[in-house]
Amino acid sequence: MTINVKFEYNTLCRKVLCEQLDAMGFTYTLLGTGEIDFKQTPSSAQMLVLSEKLSAYGIEIISNQQTALVQRIKDAVTLVVNGDEEAQKYNVSTYLSEKLDYSYAYLSNLFSEITHTSIENFVILKKIDVAKTLIIENNLTLTEIAYKLNYSSVAHLSTQFKKTTGLTPSSFQKIIKKRKEKAIDRD
Amino acid sequence: MAFQTLNIALADDDEDDRLLFKDAIEEIKIKTKLSLFTNGKELMDYLVLPNVILPEVIFLDLNMPIKNGMQCLKEIRENPKLSDLSVAIYSTSSSEGDIEDTFINGANVYINKPNSFGELKTVIDKVLQLNWQYQTSALNRENFLLRI
Repeated sequence: MTINVKFEYNTLCRKVLCEQLDAMGFTYTLLGTGEIDFKQTPSSAQMLVLSEKLSAYGIEIISNQQTALVQRIKDAVTLVVNGDEEAQKYNVSTYLSEKLDYSYAYLSNLFSEITHTSIENFVILKKIDVAKTLIIENNLTLTEIAYKLNYSSVAHLSTQFKKTTGLTPSSFQKIIKKRKEKAIDRD
Repeated sequence: MAFQTLNIALADDDEDDRLLFKDAIEEIKIKTKLSLFTNGKELMDYLVLPNVILPEVIFLDLNMPIKNGMQCLKEIRENPKLSDLSVAIYSTSSSEGDIEDTFINGANVYINKPNSFGELKTVIDKVLQLNWQYQTSALNRENFLLRI
């Protein structure tokens, strides 16, 4: 005898997910479109177990791997900007693709998709962030900061600073200084 | 971390401005949930409710009746529970004095109300994106200043 069955994929997948998640004792909500919202963030060891169990059903955890890779991109950019010697031998794109072992095109697309901004923009943002800290904390001149952060000239740094923050480096410095004075007055 | 839905609040006494803002934020790619307030008091009363879901970014008009934007800003910065919020001042004033004052009092962003709808969309998008980077990328939030 042969019978025919029809699968309701959504119900099936949800059921499998719920069973596996319940078995591991998570508190969670299943959102539509294949998203699971955990009440408490699972540890990476738990994620590993979960991903193994789910893969037996052909279910793959995607966003976590993608976001993990985005985080690695960000970490690598931070190394470059902070002046890691090995990192500075290359340009950012070569460095990222060699270090993370993916093509730059892939990394770049993934980054934009997840963070809504480009790697290039992130590099600028990070550099300006370091510049801000240096402006406030050290008594470095803008020329020294520009050199430290690999800018071709002070003008380039100033322009990028203004473009990123809407403020000139000197008005930024003034505002932060006044903020601190105000905080001291209050205490 | 990927983009989740961002909670946004806007306090502005001008109804047209509120509507424009609402339309603009609905058209940008980032998913948001917007709460609207018609003056500063309404906003502040909401923020201190127990169990309230705090917005990630608050857009504040400066000139409002009952409680103006500057008073709200000061109250937000003095309240430890609200200290993580990003505050974007959203005003028609382009006086350098006003701008500096709001930054010194703890605003993160100063926006001159744009003249066109397209520009408004670009501005909101830029603010939300940048704020997202500050939330997720180990950037120094104390130095988060942006003037558009």
